[in-house]
Amino acid sequence: MSPLTQNSYDPKGEGAHVMVTRVDAAVNWIRKNSCWPQPMGLACCAIELMAAGASRFDISRFGAEVMRFSPRQSDCMIVAGTCTYKMAGVVKRVWDQMPAPKWCIAMGACASTGGMYRSYSVVQGVDHFLPVDVYVSGCPPRPEALLEGFMAIQRKIEHSKGFTALKDPAGALLDDEATKGPIIIRGE
Amino acid sequence: MADSDRMIINLGPQHPSTHGVLRVVLELDGEEITRVSPDIGFLHRGDEKIAENMTYQQFLPYTDRLDYLAPLANNVTYAYAVEKLLGIEVPPRCHVIRVICCELSRIASHLLGLGSYAMDVGAMTVFLYCMREREKVMDLFEILSGARFTSSFIRIGGLANDLTPDFVPGVRAFLQDLPAAVAEIDGLLSRNRIFVERTRDIGVLSKEDAIDLGVTGPTLRASGVDWDLRKAHPYSAYAGFDFEVPRGSVGDCYDRFLVRMEEVRQSQRIVEQALDRLPDGPWHVEDGKVFLPPKADVLTKMEPLIHQFMLITEGINAPAGEIYFSAENPKGELGFLIVSKGGGVPHRLKIRAPSFVNLQALPTLAVGHMLSDMTAILGSLDFVMGECDR
Amino acid sequence: MKSPDPITLLKDRFGGEAIVQPEFRGETGVYLPRTRIAEACRLLKTEGGFDMLTDLSGVDFPGETPRFEVHYLLYSFSCGRRLRLVTGVPEEDPHVDSVSGIWATANWHEREAFDMFGLCFDGHPDLRRILMWDGYPHHPLRKDFPVAGLPSDLPVTAEDAGSVEAAPMAGGPFVATSGTTRATRREPLACDTAAERDRLVRDPHRKEEI
Repeated sequence: MSPLTQNSYDPKGEGAHVMVTRVDAAVNWIRKNSCWPQPMGLACCAIELMAAGASRFDISRFGAEVMRFSPRQSDCMIVAGTCTYKMAGVVKRVWDQMPAPKWCIAMGACASTGGMYRSYSVVQGVDHFLPVDVYVSGCPPRPEALLEGFMAIQRKIEHSKGFTALKDPAGALLDDEATKGPIIIRGE
Repeated sequence: MADSDRMIINLGPQHPSTHGVLRVVLELDGEEITRVSPDIGFLHRGDEKIAENMTYQQFLPYTDRLDYLAPLANNVTYAYAVEKLLGIEVPPRCHVIRVICCELSRIASHLLGLGSYAMDVGAMTVFLYCMREREKVMDLFEILSGARFTSSFIRIGGLANDLTPDFVPGVRAFLQDLPAAVAEIDGLLSRNRIFVERTRDIGVLSKEDAIDLGVTGPTLRASGVDWDLRKAHPYSAYAGFDFEVPRGSVGDCYDRFLVRMEEVRQSQRIVEQALDRLPDGPWHVEDGKVFLPPKADVLTKMEPLIHQFMLITEGINAPAGEIYFSAENPKGELGFLIVSKGGGVPHRLKIRAPSFVNLQALPTLAVGHMLSDMTAILGSLDFVMGECDR
Repeated sequence: MKSPDPITLLKDRFGGEAIVQPEFRGETGVYLPRTRIAEACRLLKTEGGFDMLTDLSGVDFPGETPRFEVHYLLYSFSCGRRLRLVTGVPEEDPHVDSVSGIWATANWHEREAFDMFGLCFDGHPDLRRILMWDGYPHHPLRKDFPVAGLPSDLPVTAEDAGSVEAAPMAGGPFVATSGTTRATRREPLACDTAAERDRLVRDPHRKEEI
């Protein structure tokens, strides 16, 4: 339960089952449980991303019901794979089209830091041009690790300013020490 | 006059059906495609340049990420290429295990190819069924090597490890379930009215065009050319196995789909035979100048210590010369052209990527069809951008 | 249908200009001058039965004359035979005839050789970059281009300010030289500064110890 929610639900009592909470908490709860990913599947990590979306690992049980390729319909961009300089402009453009609030997971070593491709054409980490919230290490990370990263995004959302963020999107997140700053998930 | 009726549309590089980061610039006359211009290079990572700066065994993990749907198959091809350059032959057990790895990779790759093709065309369920079977293959690779996906299990001169006791029973169990799964996919798609309408006589590639364009793999065989490197120029242990090479007749998307599905069945035959006649014996060459000696020896004896040191710091001392080796990968003929000036680092490593060559056939296939056929054609070509762009 | 022996075919047409390279690992290669290579390819396709061009690749030999080589790998379905043709392309005039009219597959291969090496294929219908973007100023697979890259502008599709930077090396990966027998040269070395890289890449056989 988020610290913003007060629970006056008494399972043993009679009468209406009522929960009292703040709008922020309710909005956060809704947002975190319906966070639709934008699969920016660039390379091999995209295959593990697809595996995470398939039946065994099933990302939709976390609320990420559909992978929305349209940026206008998605909340969380999962950059899965090596981003080259040629592709970087495209990724940035798609990111810019996503409406706030939006989050970004850098999945895999290549998206986080350029990975093993220290070469002339590879951007050494998408955080050169995107504000990454969660880094998932691994080459490729196991689907479970991606799900852990997704859950970290959910924790971030849970502790964010929620509805109040509409007034101040820039300072919206990072309410809590636990979710401040980029989170790094070990993904091997 | 006619030009103002034409519309130029950009497909990709971020698009659900482009199978990776491919950009296709289409010129349309209404719904009909009049010109196709693929724009690749969005995943060009500089593999060939990187290869010139590291030793042969250091480059092996990069080969995993070429055709990332069948990582082990790329590893095996690369290992055979370097072994051809070195002029060494691995023991029979190693050959057969490599065949098993290749064929399991082929099954996994085709399953995903068929699944994502079906998803592009609209049949989402098939994708989930294929991924379910593919997960079993991933489990097998995890038993084999510890990593489910890009495992880099092969080494120059052998393998990373011998088979664990769980592996062979695991493969047999998987192969028992596989025919039912393929039959499920077959039942859902092969005589499905919608699927057939969307794929029959779409994207026809004639035999002559296919050869002229250098197309290889299932796409070539669907166009009627009976050519499979495993039969034409047998490598590894393929000469001893009994299997058929499926061939199409029309060369349309439907044929390509059927060829891939039949290849899964034939791969199953090969793996079964391989398991039955898996020879005992060493799983790597015993040459200390090629294959790392066992750690216990390295820590206790002088010569293995020196071999280990030389192999790690300077790499395998290859002779000067040039070779080309290619193998029948799931996507087509993957070839490595290695120009060596001696020493442990190649002077030039050119990767002949089947997806790069097959994708060039796209304009020939797509012009004249409608925009909605584009996804069917792209899916049927079954290319991988990691390999295409390197 | 058996096709004639390709070496005989080439020797008959080109005589001394066709130099057969020593056989290595069962592979045959024939060297031809760049003015005759397209003709040789056409001959081998029409009369030699080499209906498929498997691969076309550029190779850079800095310090040698001619600096570049183009390797053609041909395959004949009817005979099951592979053949390699090699031609030399000088640095000061990097032009060679295109074979895209002979095999359609050469189109993209030649574009890649142009992109990576700067080799110009005369007669190519659409010679532009294929893997790097159109305005990229360098040819990456040339030996004097470092693997980490050189700074340049971003492709035009990128709207925001930024630039292509060289990847940070900071001690690794190591840059090794091929083809040397001296152990100090063969051993991979860190290449942090441009000066070190220049020295290693441009002149691998320099006597100076590091």
